Amino acid sequence: MERDLAKYWPVFVLPTVTAFAIGFLVPFAMGLYLSFCDFTTLSNATFVGLGNYVRAFEDSGGFTHALWYTALFAGVSTVLINLFGLTVALLLVRGFRGTNLFRTVFFMPNLIGGIVLGWLWQVILNYGVLARYGVTLVTSEWYGFWGLMAVMLWQQAGYMMIIYISGLQSIPGDVSEAAAIDGASAWQALRYVKLPMLMPSITICTFLTLTNGFKLFDQNLALTGGMPSNRSQLLALNIYDTFYGRAGWEGAGQAKAVVFCLIVVTIALVQLRLTRTREVQQ
Amino acid sequence: MAATQKRRHAADAALTAVFSMISLAYVFPLAMVLMNSFKRKAYISRAPFALPSGSMFVGLDNYRNGIRLTDFWASMLWSLVITVLSVALILLCTSMCAWYISRVRNRVTHGIYLLCVFSMVVPFQMVMFTLSKVANVLGLNTPWTIPVIYLGFGAGLAVFLFTGYMKACPIAIEESATIDGCSPLRTFFSIVLPILQPTLISTGILQAMWIWNDYLLPYLVLDLKRFKTIPIAVQYLRGGYGSVDMGAMMGMLVLAIAPILLFYFLCQRYIVSGVMAGAVKG
Repeated sequence: MERDLAKYWPVFVLPTVTAFAIGFLVPFAMGLYLSFCDFTTLSNATFVGLGNYVRAFEDSGGFTHALWYTALFAGVSTVLINLFGLTVALLLVRGFRGTNLFRTVFFMPNLIGGIVLGWLWQVILNYGVLARYGVTLVTSEWYGFWGLMAVMLWQQAGYMMIIYISGLQSIPGDVSEAAAIDGASAWQALRYVKLPMLMPSITICTFLTLTNGFKLFDQNLALTGGMPSNRSQLLALNIYDTFYGRAGWEGAGQAKAVVFCLIVVTIALVQLRLTRTREVQQ
Repeated sequence: MAATQKRRHAADAALTAVFSMISLAYVFPLAMVLMNSFKRKAYISRAPFALPSGSMFVGLDNYRNGIRLTDFWASMLWSLVITVLSVALILLCTSMCAWYISRVRNRVTHGIYLLCVFSMVVPFQMVMFTLSKVANVLGLNTPWTIPVIYLGFGAGLAVFLFTGYMKACPIAIEESATIDGCSPLRTFFSIVLPILQPTLISTGILQAMWIWNDYLLPYLVLDLKRFKTIPIAVQYLRGGYGSVDMGAMMGMLVLAIAPILLFYFLCQRYIVSGVMAGAVKG
């Protein structure tokens, strides 16, 4: 069969691979090359070595600020979203009245797109909450920071909750029973039985929330647009702004994008390693 | 025994009460937007929590304004065209590609697989500039042609999910079909595709959620004078100097969210299983 099928590659593989080349491979390779070039369009690129990278880090437009601001945001949001999602999941698997409805409600915000979410929360936070204290989301970068945190918590906790619930449900009943017979308290059962068994779900959720935090763009754009004076820009928005908001900075923008890409790929590799080593242990 | 039973009932009732409160708080932002969409513009910031009664009530004025300002129905149509075409194209092409690379095993197919996995991690900012230029040159800037780009950029996740599922599928049925004289194409469409159905649904939902809500890719690629999607239309309400008609914005947010919620309540089961399937990525 394999040899029969092998001849059919133009039908089976070619469409996807062509589109993959147009949509990803070629732009990726060109982007990598252009990060070492001075350019404003694709046709006038001249090689300048590492100049763009130097410019990116010296940029007064706030790349280094965006870098630590994003890292802080991704870190804090990862902790909060997972704590909330896991707590809700642990309570919901007890199975009291209304759990299905609650699950449906908590998951719902996930389907709403980032731009719509950003505007929705801008109205609520600015008019509903902050107005009575005479401030807005763009008064300082920290209002934007915690505002964005509220949006992401609202949006993502339900997604993580779903993953944790299915992780909890896959823990075999006899393990929990054995713990109960041995006289483990609820806290001990959680700490020494459930959490270790949940490690795969925890790894996935941590990875998802961390990379989502780093890649966040739409919500950032709609909620604060990076104001005041680019101080609430996350990395993705800073890169976008470098490309399209300032003339002559395309090279530096592409260099920033490569640095950004390296960060996210590194996180992914660490996660892959963690998952693999755990698989070996089990 | 009866006492512990009773305690447990009491605890469950308390949990139901607490979670009902949290659920209300979760739905509250949506209710608030709906309420404010019927309110005169000036009152949205002045009295965000008040019911739209008396002189505050403007009927459907906000909706009329918003639809006029953003050409909303056209945007919705284009969002629909792009999402449906892209998802159909992705499901057809990537399932064929995934079957081929999981049944014909050599260095090339393994390379394709690895590149697909890699592309899932790379942030969009890395390719955004070059991709938008390439798309322009190739004329992929209309709703009818942009699905090619979505196929390219979405191929990673889809191929990954399909190959994961096929690894677990027995090869014997396909082989017996071949022995009975089926061509690879016929084997694929009458044997493999039906077996793939659960993954087709979950992959389709994941891709549809992404494409429907996507902002930056269509914003950079589409010819915006002629075509906008819903997220682009919402973001366009923000005027040149950051001034926004908040009344119109409320109306548009409601119109943007309503179809998503409808879709969610109709296909909730599939959406949750789609999320579960997507969670193993990475």
